[in-house]
This record gives sequence, structure tokens and C-alpha cells, in this order.
Amino acid sequence: MPVQWVLLLSAFLFSVGIYGVLARRNAVIVLMSIEVMLNAVNINLVAFNALLQETHLMGQIFALFVITIAAAELGVGLAIVILIYRNRTTVSIDEVSLMKW
Amino acid sequence: MVSTVKETAEALPGVIEIAWLIPVIPTVCFFLIVFFGKKLKGKGAEIGIAGIVAALALSIPVFFKTIGQLGHKDFHGYSKSVTWMEFGDKEVLELGYRIDGLTVVMLLVVCFVALMVHIYSTAYMKGEVRYTFYYAALSLFTGSMLNLVLANNLLQLLVGWEGVGVCSYLLIGHYWEEKENSNAAIKAFLTTRIGDVGFMFGIFVLFFAAKTFNIQAITEIVEEGHISNTVLTTAALLLFAGAIGKSAQFPLHVWLPDAMAGPTPVSALIHAATMVVAGVYLVARMYTVFHASPDALQVVAIIGAITMLMAALLALIQNDIKRVLAYSTISQLAYMVAALGVGAYTAGVFHIWTHAWFKALLFLGAGSVIHAVHSNNMSDMGGLKDQLPITHKTYLIGCLALAGMPGLAGFWSKDEILTGAFDSATHGSTVGWVVFISASLTAFLTACYSARMYFLTFRGNPKYDTSHVHPHESPAAMTTPLILLAVLAVAGGWIGLPGSWNQFAKWVHFGEEHAVFSFPVAAFGTLLFVGGFALGWAMFHKGKFRFDIKKSPLAWSYKLLENKYYLDDLYMGVIVRPIRDQVSRFAYWTNQNILDAVVNAGGAAALGLGKSLYKNVDQPVIDGAVNGTARITGKIGDTLKFFQTGNVQYYAAVLFIGIGISVAGFLYFN
Amino acid sequence: MDWITDWGLTLVVFLPALGAVFMALTPKGRDSTIKFWALVFTGLPLLVGLLMLGRYQYSDGGFQFETNLRWIPSIDANYHIGVDGIALPMVMLSLLVTFLCVIYSCWHLPEPHNPKLFLALCLLLETGMTGTFVALDLVLFFIFWEVVLVPMYFIIGLWGGPRREYAAIKFFLYTFFGSVFMLLGFLALYFQSDPHTFDIVLLQQAGVLSMTKTAANLIFAGIALGLAIKVPMWPFHTWLPDAHTEAPTVGSVLLAAVLLKMGTYGFVRIAIPILPDAARTFAPFIGALAAIAIIYGALNCLAQVDLKRMIAFSSVGHMGFVMLGIATMTDVGINAAVFGMVAHGVITGMLFFIAGSIHERYHTRDIPELGGLVLKMPVMGGLLAYSAIASLGLPGLAGFWGEVTALLASYNPLEGLDLTWFRTFMVLGGIGTVLTAGYFLWMLQRVNLGKVPAQWQDKNFADAQPLELAAWVPLLALILILGVFPKLILDVTNPAVVELTQLLTR
Repeated sequence: MPVQWVLLLSAFLFSVGIYGVLARRNAVIVLMSIEVMLNAVNINLVAFNALLQETHLMGQIFALFVITIAAAELGVGLAIVILIYRNRTTVSIDEVSLMKW
Repeated sequence: MVSTVKETAEALPGVIEIAWLIPVIPTVCFFLIVFFGKKLKGKGAEIGIAGIVAALALSIPVFFKTIGQLGHKDFHGYSKSVTWMEFGDKEVLELGYRIDGLTVVMLLVVCFVALMVHIYSTAYMKGEVRYTFYYAALSLFTGSMLNLVLANNLLQLLVGWEGVGVCSYLLIGHYWEEKENSNAAIKAFLTTRIGDVGFMFGIFVLFFAAKTFNIQAITEIVEEGHISNTVLTTAALLLFAGAIGKSAQFPLHVWLPDAMAGPTPVSALIHAATMVVAGVYLVARMYTVFHASPDALQVVAIIGAITMLMAALLALIQNDIKRVLAYSTISQLAYMVAALGVGAYTAGVFHIWTHAWFKALLFLGAGSVIHAVHSNNMSDMGGLKDQLPITHKTYLIGCLALAGMPGLAGFWSKDEILTGAFDSATHGSTVGWVVFISASLTAFLTACYSARMYFLTFRGNPKYDTSHVHPHESPAAMTTPLILLAVLAVAGGWIGLPGSWNQFAKWVHFGEEHAVFSFPVAAFGTLLFVGGFALGWAMFHKGKFRFDIKKSPLAWSYKLLENKYYLDDLYMGVIVRPIRDQVSRFAYWTNQNILDAVVNAGGAAALGLGKSLYKNVDQPVIDGAVNGTARITGKIGDTLKFFQTGNVQYYAAVLFIGIGISVAGFLYFN
Repeated sequence: MDWITDWGLTLVVFLPALGAVFMALTPKGRDSTIKFWALVFTGLPLLVGLLMLGRYQYSDGGFQFETNLRWIPSIDANYHIGVDGIALPMVMLSLLVTFLCVIYSCWHLPEPHNPKLFLALCLLLETGMTGTFVALDLVLFFIFWEVVLVPMYFIIGLWGGPRREYAAIKFFLYTFFGSVFMLLGFLALYFQSDPHTFDIVLLQQAGVLSMTKTAANLIFAGIALGLAIKVPMWPFHTWLPDAHTEAPTVGSVLLAAVLLKMGTYGFVRIAIPILPDAARTFAPFIGALAAIAIIYGALNCLAQVDLKRMIAFSSVGHMGFVMLGIATMTDVGINAAVFGMVAHGVITGMLFFIAGSIHERYHTRDIPELGGLVLKMPVMGGLLAYSAIASLGLPGLAGFWGEVTALLASYNPLEGLDLTWFRTFMVLGGIGTVLTAGYFLWMLQRVNLGKVPAQWQDKNFADAQPLELAAWVPLLALILILGVFPKLILDVTNPAVVELTQLLTR
């Protein structure tokens, strides 16, 4: 299987993630989109590791790191979202522009 | 550096050695009385009297010691001094005394009259306010006067001179609850002070001409002819200015009549016998300077001639008995001044001597009368002959001595003066004639007003309120001095009898050709006395030749006399009041509105400049620049804030676009 | 060498400042402790001063008790202090008068009640005053000169009368204005001298040789302006009546007794000996201003109704006599000036004390309102009369010698000065003495004599109190002692003056 295909998949997933992050209003979906983007990166890492025949499996190990961090990040992110929801009964990103001037 | 005075070679006789105590004792008494007087039984009077007795006790041996030496050729008087202060490396001022014939005569006069007055005052001032202070001032006066007499240099003399002035001020103003009295005191002080300034300048002139203040040294330098005539004339006239003030000569005589506001014994001591003769004494003391300048002597003589006549006329119309005596004193002082002016040195000083006795007697007698009738006015007296026998007799002696009755003290000195003036006149001096004529007229007038005073006071019918006033003779403390002075008023002149008996001329002389006794002049003098006294008797006792002067053609002259020749009004109106009220206010006005205004304007200008700088430069320009920076920053921020939407997705989009542009740029430029 | 010779002067100058620090550390409420410290720290310098009098070589005209330490090397300013016969009387006068002022303050302090600050300022003032008189370095002199301003500013400004702010600011700014010119003069002297120096002694001895006449005149004018304002000479005197009138009693006393002398002292110490030629050019003008001041001061006194203001104007006249003496530039004149300074300090200080005490009792100083004071308070009235008569220059009291010798000097000023002018000044001065007598006697008549006015009839006034007398007796005694034995001062001043006049005639 040529590497281009894998990379195209990865690019497609990343683009889906970007779209989700930028376009959707639901915070939960935004978070999920971020996960999608991270997984796209993981695919890239694994793909290049295979392609380059890297002996130490650096790509795969990095992918594992990313998964771990993604989990942690999602945990924090969801916690914030839940708190926001409790406070404001909404998870719409538009309505939480507290940092505005 | 030592002065040029030749000290007497031999050691000074014991009593002369301690002569410095004579002025010191009364001065110390002043402090004792001030600090302890009130607590003593006699309220301080005993200290004063003790001091004077001590001074007199010292003066008498000094007198005899000195006159014993006076015959000797090289004797110029005893003198002794210590350095008082030094200026620079050449000018020295000493503190010392000098004793010669003139000094000892004055010593006796001052001490004796002062003693009489001290004793007299114990009764006269009894129960009066400030009795203790009165004695303190008397003591200080005596000390200062003795210092004046004994001083061997002019500056020390000036110290005594001003000292007696201030005591006179204090005593004239003794009853200062009344404003008139303190006015009189101020008038006396200021008027004499004007003369004193001249005196001071005279001292300066002599000092820089002779390089010393020492009187004897100046005398010698002048005698040697080292000083130019102009300088001497200037110095003499300036010194004489002091004498004019102190001895109440025209035109500064105006203070003396007012000085009668003081207690009567004070008038006797200060304003008759001692202080007022200080001016004459000064002229006599510095006679070498005057003698070397004929012009100055002529001025002296003419001032004397004017004053004597002017004052005698005024004495004639006074109602206040003390004022009669005051004008009489001015007139008699002028006699002395004129005598010195025409060169009759001994005669002038002799008149100091005789005048002191009879004038002190008259004043104290007047005091006794005033004590009895409680009024100064002769219109409240009359017929007191029997109620006040001792006062009456002694007063009569005083009047006759003043009038110049032959045999009494006044006659001899007056005769000497007339002789001297006549002598000068016959030697071709116009001024001599002026003085002689004026002195003759004055002698006549003097006899006349003496008679008037006597008859109005003691003879005729009582004019006092007989139902309320019961005159009786004064206590012994007052009559004893009267008797003693009366004795001197009779016998005091006998030491100056004409001819070879004249002791006085041996004591006090100036090497002048002594005018010999002239019988015609003596007879003329006697005639003047008889005529004047008889006229006075006729007019004021017998009521002859009376006419209402106010309705006669002479009314203007009466008015002139009544207003004291308008001199007081002139001085008050032209000098004193304008300076005190207008000139001073104007000066203060200029101070506040010109000088101070300049300062304040300077301050205001600085303030205004500051304000306008602040308003027009600092705030808009400089501070404007600072604030402008801030404002511009703010404006920029205002614009940029719209990029801060707070929308995470917006931020993320920008982020991604940014990355895109960066990558694109990177690819493009590589 | 004992410690007094080396450090006596420094002690005298800085002990009061140390005392001020002590008092700053004392808690506020403890009035008696504060007064105690003030007495100690003015008494000690006086004691040291008296010890110094014992060690002073009276026949020597040069500087004694000298200390000369490097201080600010970069500008050649040294801590150079010392006294000669001219400075010594001034130093002693400041020490004595401040001590007496503190004693007087123990009797009465002005409102608002704050003894701590008030006395501390007095002590600071003493440091400034004595420092000015002992400084032998222009920078040091200037610093002490300015140090004096601040405490006096506060004394007038905080404890003064109704117009105190105006008076205090006027006093401060006017003096400060003058001292700017003085400072410029000092700097010019520094740059004109070779080698550059601020040392007064060196400047006096070397003379400023390389200078043109114009430069010397300009420098003299600058320095003289600064000094003249302090003296104060006519027409720079207008701050004086305001400052005196508004200042509290102690402030007036210090101002009259010591502060004014700083100006005249500066003439004698700095302006004239360093720039003798310029001084000779200016002498007739100074003399003329002095003569005007004498007459003018006296006339203004006649117009016054406020007792303190009258005494203030009398100071203008008296300082005129001092300046006249200085202007003659002769030994007699300068001796007269120094004597006059001491005499005026003692007499006018006394007059201000009495005026203050009268105000304290009557709550007014209006001359026409008072009257019959002797009847109410015999001692107080007697002392007022005594001081007034001393002030009008009666022989036998201190005021006379300064005046008469100043007039004597102006009869015969330094060779080269115009005789006609100076003799005119002498005559004017003579007229001034008559006017002076006039206004003092008139004042006495209205204040002391006469009947007691109705409004005071029923009031009881306490006569002079023991503490007041304690503060006054030394001054009263000095008035008499100096009047009878002027030698006491003149023996001190004369050697120094002779030395100084030699500088003028070389």
C-alpha cells in the first residue's frame, strides 16, 4: 500500500477536525474535532515510522504520547465545558466570549 | 599710647587721688536707692543724702588743696586718668578727672546746692508719688553733673552732659500722669539734644584737629597755634550749640520755662543752679578754643545779649512765680554767656557762683510759698509776709541779690560783667557796646521784675482764698536750706570783691587783663538797681503808673510777650508737628506704597509670570506632549480592541490563516 | 593643645543641632523633658563659649581656634572655621541670646503649642547663626547662611501673627533672592582667584589680583546686594517690619539680635577685605544709603502705632549707624560697627522681649491704646524705659558708643573717600539721633506714662515674672556694663580691626 494513501487519509481527517473546530458551536463537538485532528497526526506518525523503517519505533512511541496527552486534555476540556454548562446552561462557544474587551 | 597731657610731677595729694569717688558715690547711690530704697525707713532719701554729704565732704578738702596750689606758676591742675578704650592704633580715650580752679568752684556749687535740695525735698516731697524714684534720679543727676564737672576729656564730659539731660527729663516729667508734664519733659530733652548734636560734632572737629579728646591737651595744642582759625571757629560754634541747648539760650531757650512742670526743688537744683550752667561751664572750660576765634566769641556775646533782654522782658509779665524765676534764669545765664563773649572770663564764672546761691534760694523759697498756698500763681498769693516769716526774709534777700543790691552776691558779679563789657566797649568793640547796653537794660528790668515778684507775693492784700487756705511756715527741713542759702546769697560775693581782695580771680582766671574796678560803672549799676526796684515797687505795690497795656498802643508788644515771641508756636508748627505728623506719615506711606510696593510687585510679577507660564506653556505644550503620547496610545488601543472578540474559534481561524500565510511565505521565499 | 582649642568651635556650632536631634527623638507630650534638653543644648555651647573666652588671646588680631579640614575636595571647599576679634563677640552674642530665648520660652511658648518643634527650630537656628559667624570658607558660609532661613521661616510661618504666611514667605524669598547674587559673587571670586579657592583667609591675603576693575565692582555689587538685604539696608528693608511684627517674641528677638548682624558681619568679613578697591568705590553709596536709613527709619518710627513695628523700624535706623561705620572703612568706623552690632543686639533684643511680654498681657500692641503702663507694672515699665533710653543712645549705656563712634568715623573716613559726602552723612546721622530720641520718648509717653485708660482700669496684670527676669537680666546688665566699659568689646575687636584695615590700605 503506498504511503500517499495513508497521508491522504490523514490529511482528510485533519481537515475534518479543522472544520469541526472552526465551524461547530457545540463545545463538545469542538473537543471531539480536536481529537480527530490529533488522531490524524497519529496516523502520520505511524505512517512515517513504517516508511522510514525506523529501528527505535520513535513514531509509534510519539503516537502513544499524543494519545495520552489527548486523553488528559480532553479530561480538562470536558471538565471546563461541564462547569460552563453548570454556570450558564449552555455549551455554545459563541456565548462564552468572556475574554472579549 | 599715652596722651600728651603733662601729669603733675609730684604724686597727687591723698584726697586728690580719690577725687574720682566724688561722682561715683552719688551714682552708686542711685543704684542702691533703685534696688533697696523702698524697703528703707526713709524710702531711700537717707541714701541720697548720705551720698551727697560724702561727695561734699570729699569736695571741700579737694577745694582747699587745689586753691592752695593755684598760685604756683606751673600748676595746670591735677589730672589723672586710665585708658577707657582704644581705637585703631592711635586713638585713645581715657577716663579720668582734672581738677583746677574752675572745677573746684563748680564742685562746691553742685555739691552744696544738691545737699540743700536733698534736705529740702524730704519735707517738700513728703507723701508725693514716686518719692523713692525721685531721690534716685536726684542722686543720678548729681553723679552725672559731678562727672561732667570733673571730666578731663570731652567725651567723658558728654557722658555726664547727656546723663544730666536724661535726669532732667525724668524729673521734669515727675508728675507724668498729666500729659502736659511729660510733654514738657520731652520738649526739654529734645531741645537740648539738638544742641548736643552740635556739641558732639564740635568734639569730633577738635578730636581730628588735635588727635585727642583730652581737654588740657587740646588747650595746649590750641595755645601753640597748631590749628587753623577756620577749624577753631567751627569747633567753637559747634560747642556753643551745645551750650545754647543746655543753658537755654536763644533760640533753644524754649524748654526751660516748660521745665518748671517738675517739682520745685528740682527746678532749683537742675534748672537754676547746676545743669543749666553746664553750657556756660563748657564755654569756660573750652575757653582757649573760643578765645582763639574772635568770630566765635562775638557770636557768643551777641547770643547772650539777645537772650538776656528777651528773657528779662518775658519775666516781667509772668503770673506763675516759677516761670518768672525760669525766665530770670535764662536771662542770668545769658549774662554769664555774654560775659564770656566779651572776654570777661572770671566775671562770667563768678556769676555762676553767685547766681547758684541766690537762684537756688529763690526757687526753694518759691517752693515754700507754693507749699503754703498750693498754687504757682502770684495772683493767688500776696500778703504772706507775716505767715511765712523765714521764707519772706530769705526770699527778700534772694530778690535783692538777683536785682543787684550793692553788697549782696549778685551785685559783685553783675558789676564785674558790666565792667568787663564796658571795658570791651571802650576798647573799640561794637559787640562790647551791644552787650553793655543790653546788660544795663537787663539789670534795670531784673530789678523791676524782682520787685514785682516780691511785692506781689509777700506784700499787699492776700489774694488767696482765705477761707480755705491757711498758709503757715514750712518745716525746718525746708527753712534751714533757705537760711543757709540766704547767708551765701549775701556773703557769697565777698570772695570776689574788687581789687586785691579778689580771691575768686585767683582761683578762676584766664590770663586776661582783668578789667579794673570802675567806680562809675558800679555807681551806674547801683542806679539801675535802685531805679528798677523803685519802679517795680511803685507799679506793682503802690499801683502807680498803672495802665491797661492791652488797650494801649503797646498792646502788640504785650501780645508778643504773652506768646513768648511766637517761638514755641514756630517750632511746634513748623518743625515738630509737621515732622511728627506729616513727614513721618509720608515716609511711612512711601515705605508701604513705594518701597514695599516694589518688593510686593516683584513678588506679584514673579507669581504672574509663573501663572502665565503654567497656563500657556507648561500645561498646553510640555504637559500636552506627555499627555498626548498617552492619548495616542489609547486611541490605537481603542482601534485594535475590536480584534479581541473573545471568540475562540475566531482566534483559531486567525491562527490557522497565519500559519497558512507563514508557510506560503516560507515556501515562496525559499 | 586641649580639646577646646581644637574642637571648641565645632562643638559650639553643632551641639545645638545635636540637641535638635535629641528633641526630635523625645516623645511629643513631654514638655518638661523637651525644655530641659533645649536648656542643656543651648547652655552647653554657651559654657564652651565662655571657656573659649578664657583661652582667647586678646592681643592677637588673627584667627584663633581654627579648624581646617578637607571637606568637598572636588570643589576645593574646606571645613575651615575660626574666630577673630570681630567674629568672637558675634558668636558670644548668638550663644547668649539663644540661651535666653530658650529660658524665656520656658516661661511662655507661642500658640499653637508645640514646644518640641519650636525649640528644635531655635536650636537649629543657633547652629546656623554661629556657623555663619565662624565660617572661613565661602561655601561653608553660604551653607550656614541658608540654614538660618529655614527655621526662621517656620518660626514666623507657624507661630506668627495674623499675616504670618505673607511675612514668612517674604522674609524667606527676599533673603533668598539676595543670596543668589551673593552665591554668584562667591563663585566668581573662586574662578578669579589663583589658585582657585573658597578660603576667606586666603582670599583676603592674596587679594583677587588678576581681576579687572569692572569685574571686581560687579562681584562686590552682587555680594553686597545679598548682604544688604539681610542687614537690611535702605531700600531693601521692607521685609523687616513685616517679619518682626508677625514673628513670635522669641523669633523677633533672634531676628533683631543676631540675624541682622549676619549681613553687616558679611560686609566686614568678606565683601570689604576681599575687594577693598571695589569697596572704596561703593563706600559713598553705602554711606548714603546708611544715612538715609537713619533718617528714614526714625521718621517711619514716628508714624507707627504697633509697638513691635516701631522697634523694627528703629532697627533700620540703628543698622544704618552700623553701615555708616563700615562705609567709612576706618578702624574707628569698623570698631564702631562691631560695637554697634553687639549693642543693637542686646538692646533691641531686650525691647522685643518687653514688647512681647506686653502683648502677652494686654493682647494688643497698639501704642495709642496702651498708657500708664508704669502704674500697672512698675518693673516692666521701668525696664521698657531703660531699654528705650539705651536705644536712643544715651551715654553710659551701650547704644551710645556705637552711634557716636560711627559718626566720629564719618567725620574722617578712609583716605580717598569724599569728605564732603561723609560729613553730610554725619550731620544727617546727628539729626537722626534727635529724631530717634523723639520717637522713643514719644512712645514712652504714650505707653508708659499718663493715666491708665479706662479699658485697663480694672484689669490686673502680673508684673515681670521671675523667668522673664531671668531671661532679661543678662541683657539688662550688658546694656549698662558695655555702656560704662566699652573697652570690654573694643579690646577684643580692635586688634582684629587693625589687621583688617591694614588690608584696606595696602
